Amino acid sequence: MTNTPNTQPSKALNQPFDHRAIREQFPLLSQAHQPSICYLDTAATSQKPHSVIEAMNHYYQQGNANVHRGAYQLSAQATRDYEAVRDKVQQFIHANNRQQIIFTHGTTSAINMVAHGLTEQLNCNDIILIDGAAHHANIVPWQALAKRTGAKVMPIKLTSNGLIDQSDYDAKLAMQPKVVALAHVTNALGTVNPVQQMVSKAKAKGAITLVDGAQAIAHIAVNVAQIDCDFYAFSGHKMYGPTGVGVLYGKLAALEQLTPMLTGGEMIKTVSFQHTTYGELPNRLEAGTPPIAEVIGLGAAIDFIRSQDSEHIKHHEQQLVCYLQQQLSLLSNIELYGVELTDINSTAMPNNSRHNIGAVAFNIKGEHHQDVGILLDQQGIAVRCGHHCAMPLMTHLGLKGCCRASVGMYSNHDDIDRFITALKEVINILV
Amino acid sequence: MSLTASPAAALFTPLPQAITEGVAHIQRASNWQEKYRQIMLLGKQLPEFPAHLQQDAAQVKGCESNAWLYHQAQDNQHYFIASSDARIVKGLIAIILSETQGKSRVEISQYDLNKHFQQLGLSGQLSPSRTNGITALANAILAFSQQGS
Repeated sequence: MTNTPNTQPSKALNQPFDHRAIREQFPLLSQAHQPSICYLDTAATSQKPHSVIEAMNHYYQQGNANVHRGAYQLSAQATRDYEAVRDKVQQFIHANNRQQIIFTHGTTSAINMVAHGLTEQLNCNDIILIDGAAHHANIVPWQALAKRTGAKVMPIKLTSNGLIDQSDYDAKLAMQPKVVALAHVTNALGTVNPVQQMVSKAKAKGAITLVDGAQAIAHIAVNVAQIDCDFYAFSGHKMYGPTGVGVLYGKLAALEQLTPMLTGGEMIKTVSFQHTTYGELPNRLEAGTPPIAEVIGLGAAIDFIRSQDSEHIKHHEQQLVCYLQQQLSLLSNIELYGVELTDINSTAMPNNSRHNIGAVAFNIKGEHHQDVGILLDQQGIAVRCGHHCAMPLMTHLGLKGCCRASVGMYSNHDDIDRFITALKEVINILV
Repeated sequence: MSLTASPAAALFTPLPQAITEGVAHIQRASNWQEKYRQIMLLGKQLPEFPAHLQQDAAQVKGCESNAWLYHQAQDNQHYFIASSDARIVKGLIAIILSETQGKSRVEISQYDLNKHFQQLGLSGQLSPSRTNGITALANAILAFSQQGS
């Protein structure tokens, strides 16, 4: 993983790191906010810093105009601000060209855009290979594509602890799938796929590759040029930005070949009642008035992330996940999922790519995740309890669901301690 | 709902007195822990729910946990057997049944779930407005009692 070119060089990790200052930038988590919430559900959505909220406010109060059309100054400024975010995203994920950045409404809409856009390229002999631990957003659009084209969806098998079985992946790649859709980091377990290596193998077989980066983008430096996938999708709201905006990155040739899912304004070149020609990328895939304020908010979120010391943040989050796993594994009634036990027990900081990112999934043995969630909520703890939009993964693990605690850059050891204390109380009540 | 297996008629019984009495204890719980313990105890005291009745066709939709509901009318009295795989929801089912089991169609239609839960001091996660499935269960009980009327 490389740093983005414009970030300041990392301070040495032994330099003081003012975590409190970061946390204070998030109004909902600041000390002024009462009652204080223990927020461990960043994987569902992150909290938003002042700067993001302010950027959106500022747009509505001082800069509100539609983009790409007005001849007047206000619209020209809105267009400049909107398009400047495309450049920021391009730099942030190391894309080669600004036209490769398509604004969407989120990861789900980005994946749907690709799955819909490929309809004319698939037929009944094709295989769509999907991640067995995927979020429903990276399963259902492919099922719909398969239904439209007669192609077959095949899930990649998982190991007993929920990681992709790489030998099954190799075996299925030998069947020359037309599409390979992977998660960068899984949402339910926080496990990391070696996407660069997996994409490279898929490309060698001629597959079109898509990586769902929703759970990766806030936690690790993403370099799409290095991953070399055809498509990479992520959401703004999981990276300290607003809801309602996301990004589809694509290689130019791959994007050019997508049939637009949405047609209408903004995306056309000429329209007559007989014939319409579509415009150039990226507009061709951005029909209708885009979520302008949200895109501007996303730009502020990228500025915010890049203003932090990325190495410190990464180290801080990994420490928290590690501490969370260690504290959970000390409780006798807890089952952890998708975790390498050797990682937990090692005293060294985990550096290998197999280490979970951002999230830890668990259950209290024999207890229903909903009971646990209710009793944690009673104590002001926000965690997600359910199937995590990954029912096939839950089925594979033999679970009805599980609880997931997830962290962001603003999380701290107190959050984890408070959560563990509350969980002990839950165990006390239930067991 | 079409059911592939119907429970034996003998399973549709009035609730044990322990439940009707136990519901009153919820209000008197000295802390939230006691309140939840009491709710879960009520769930435990529900009449036995045989495992073979855990059928998809009897599932009440809208619950995060699985919840199953069966109904039988005896004259104008409506009886239910219900359960959930989550303990708190099972307790909440017992609370609803404490006011609806063996009641007439009119009585069930007059049952005010929100008011009942408010009276018991059940708020937050336990209130019917949350996604715990309690409203779905109460609606299913009401729908059953209105059938054929």
